[in-house]
Amino acid sequence: MDSSISTEKLDGAIAPHTAHAHEEDHAGNSMFGFIIFLLSESVIFLSFFAGYILVKTTTPNWLPEGVSGLEVSKPAINTIVLVSSSFVAYFAERALKKENLLVFRLLWLLTMAMGAYFLVGQAIEWSELEFGFSDGVFGGLFYLLTGFHGLHVFTGILLMGIMLFKSFVPGNYAGGHTGVDATSLFWHFVDVIWIILFILIYVWQ
Amino acid sequence: MTNVPVEGIAIPDIAHPEPQNNWRKYFSFSTDHKVIGIQYLVTSFVFFLIGGLLSMVIRAELITPQADLIDRTLYNSMFTMHGTIMIFLWIFPSLVGLANYLVPLMIGARDMAFPRLNAAAFWMVPIFGILLMTSYFLPAGTAQAGWWSYPPVSTQNPTDSIITGEFVWILAVAISGVSSIMGAVNFVTTIVRMRAPGMTFFRMPAYVWTVFSAQIIQLAALPALTAGAIMLLFDAAAGTAFFNPDKGGNPVLFQHFFWFYSHPAVYVMVLPIFGVFSEIFPVYSRKPLFGYKVVAVSSLLITTVSVLVWVHHMYASNTPGWMRMLFMATTMLVAVPTGIKVFAWVATIWKGKLRLDTPMLFCLGALIMFVFAGITGVMLASVPIDIHVNNTYFVVGHFHYIVYGTITMGMFAAIYHWFPKMTGRMYYEGLGKLHFALAFIGVNLNFFPMHPLGLQGMLRRVSSYEPEYAFWNVVASIGAFLLGMSTIPFILNMVGAWVQGKPAPDNPWRAIGLEWLVSSPPPVENFEELPIVVSGPYGYGKSDPLVENAAALKEG
Ligand code: HEM
Ligand SMILES: [Cu+2]
Repeated sequence: MDSSISTEKLDGAIAPHTAHAHEEDHAGNSMFGFIIFLLSESVIFLSFFAGYILVKTTTPNWLPEGVSGLEVSKPAINTIVLVSSSFVAYFAERALKKENLLVFRLLWLLTMAMGAYFLVGQAIEWSELEFGFSDGVFGGLFYLLTGFHGLHVFTGILLMGIMLFKSFVPGNYAGGHTGVDATSLFWHFVDVIWIILFILIYVWQ
Repeated sequence: MTNVPVEGIAIPDIAHPEPQNNWRKYFSFSTDHKVIGIQYLVTSFVFFLIGGLLSMVIRAELITPQADLIDRTLYNSMFTMHGTIMIFLWIFPSLVGLANYLVPLMIGARDMAFPRLNAAAFWMVPIFGILLMTSYFLPAGTAQAGWWSYPPVSTQNPTDSIITGEFVWILAVAISGVSSIMGAVNFVTTIVRMRAPGMTFFRMPAYVWTVFSAQIIQLAALPALTAGAIMLLFDAAAGTAFFNPDKGGNPVLFQHFFWFYSHPAVYVMVLPIFGVFSEIFPVYSRKPLFGYKVVAVSSLLITTVSVLVWVHHMYASNTPGWMRMLFMATTMLVAVPTGIKVFAWVATIWKGKLRLDTPMLFCLGALIMFVFAGITGVMLASVPIDIHVNNTYFVVGHFHYIVYGTITMGMFAAIYHWFPKMTGRMYYEGLGKLHFALAFIGVNLNFFPMHPLGLQGMLRRVSSYEPEYAFWNVVASIGAFLLGMSTIPFILNMVGAWVQGKPAPDNPWRAIGLEWLVSSPPPVENFEELPIVVSGPYGYGKSDPLVENAAALKEG
């Protein structure tokens, strides 16, 4: 037959609507979509990083007057907590895969707590700094980058809260747990971004 | 029977039922990609008319050398809003609308991957548009820094209020950015994961390839503009100094952010039109698309190169010489995949049995004007010429041949071509040809004069000029009014045909492609049974498979 396209019955027994639900992998789509969304988000961060590097390397009066630099030790502890929380989240996800709901909830809660610790630490640091958002280009970039990242940490905690809440609704995780997988991926993403940020802002002064 | 696709084709129905026009669904939060597609198209067309009216005011002001019609502030807001509306509210959303309508049909999917996200992305467009319009009611009026919104002009605040036209402009563009990212995630997921059985990448229509390539650009480059917009917003409203040189900031940094997106963005705009060419030329020449695979892959090549050339917009921004040379070279590189495409279209038309219906006329006109714009583009990409004509009307001429001559005309071609599919009605051929004639003459009268004007040194964004520029300006203004008039037959055609046009058969152009296998308009979930694709697109050849099958079916 010379036809370029032919249509055939896929599965005669299945009515179109049930066939519809049957043949699409909704969870797979969501995860795929989420991953490309994250790739796109990383471009925002990359742009900020590129801007930071460009301005830092070309601006003569980089630090605002009277500011000598940033204190590193407390943010370093904060960093360790945040990065470890990624591993906790990983084990939480594993527990869920093994249908061990109790362990999942405990580890998940621990991840949230570590994220919250990080945020509080950052808030305290902000309150103690002697320069503000509009004090020159350094102040602006510092608060913009750490703030934008902090917003992501906050979003991550919020998402984890929702997933935790959902785990108490019976039958919710019977068929799969894309939401938890996606949240956990988001959390790893936020951590990797922070490591780059930490090196860029605190280590490379 | 109502158009169940059987073994390759829909049997042309003898008695066509009158298509149903349930207009209410177009005002609802529908998640059907076809409804959303038309919502996008109609909404963006309304903005096209508004943007067009603003350009009439601009051209009316420029008919005489003196600035005598409107004051300088109003003039600035006119061209700023004109550019913003045309790019963010006409070109982008209309292209997204067309892709929304066509992509799932063309790849044999029942809908987009995320239908509700799709609807949400659409509804942000009218919100964005209305928000932008409200800035006319602010004390200092709308944004006035042009569509590129360069600081320091854009961060100057003429009032004490934080809510300035510029502030609203940035917010509005940010909403459009969010909507575009949502759309891009949706398109890429749909194309990668929702293709019908047998629809391999190299069996996808070239149009789907171009949408895919364009949406990857959105994902890869648009976030840079978001970063720049966030910083600009803080500079304008919170006193930060990211781009303020007085406090250590770097205004050129904004240009980098802006062009890192806005150059590739021109390919987000033009690639789907290349796709439209690749769909329409074969049908109206009754020949397969020449070099289909190369044409398909060249879209991805354009995507790749497009993110490497942005500095050609910044030659005059104190850019170091080595950087100018580097970006001049990468820019010239774009000519290769683009040239391949042009060659393939010409080879497709060559010695074909041409049918000069309205969609074909618009495509031919658009192709001619694209070639012209490509030449002026290469001229602009060479540093010495650009330094000379930068910020003159030459640039305005170049990009209007693209944005009107190529993209908008190509969009009209697409609307005419798929109108029978979308509405189940035929448009009026006579009105369509009138539209084309007025538009083709109008575009050239309007935008050709800008090239000599630019070479003579007339700057863009001015409301008064030296008397020696008067002649070409008068010609351009006449062209603009002609162009404005050309939309009247289009509107009459669309409204008239939709309400009482002749019912359209399922495949009025005898085209090949999954979208032509379903009824006009297609049923809610597109396919009663998902098609299984057994070979690639564009099987036009010595024999016409569709006709042959129809004969075979009648016998069997
Ligand atoms: C293919 C679709 C194209 C589109 C939609 C497009 C659109 C535009 C637009 C909107 C501008 C003006 C930006 C502004 O200053 O406001 C522009 C300028 C420019 N275009 Fe194109 N263009 C296209 C193709 C090309 C090609 C193929 C080249 C080079 C090979 C090119 C080279 C340039 C250059 C160098 C400028 C900057 C001129 C200046 O500011 O002095 N363009 N283009
Ligand atoms: Cu460019």
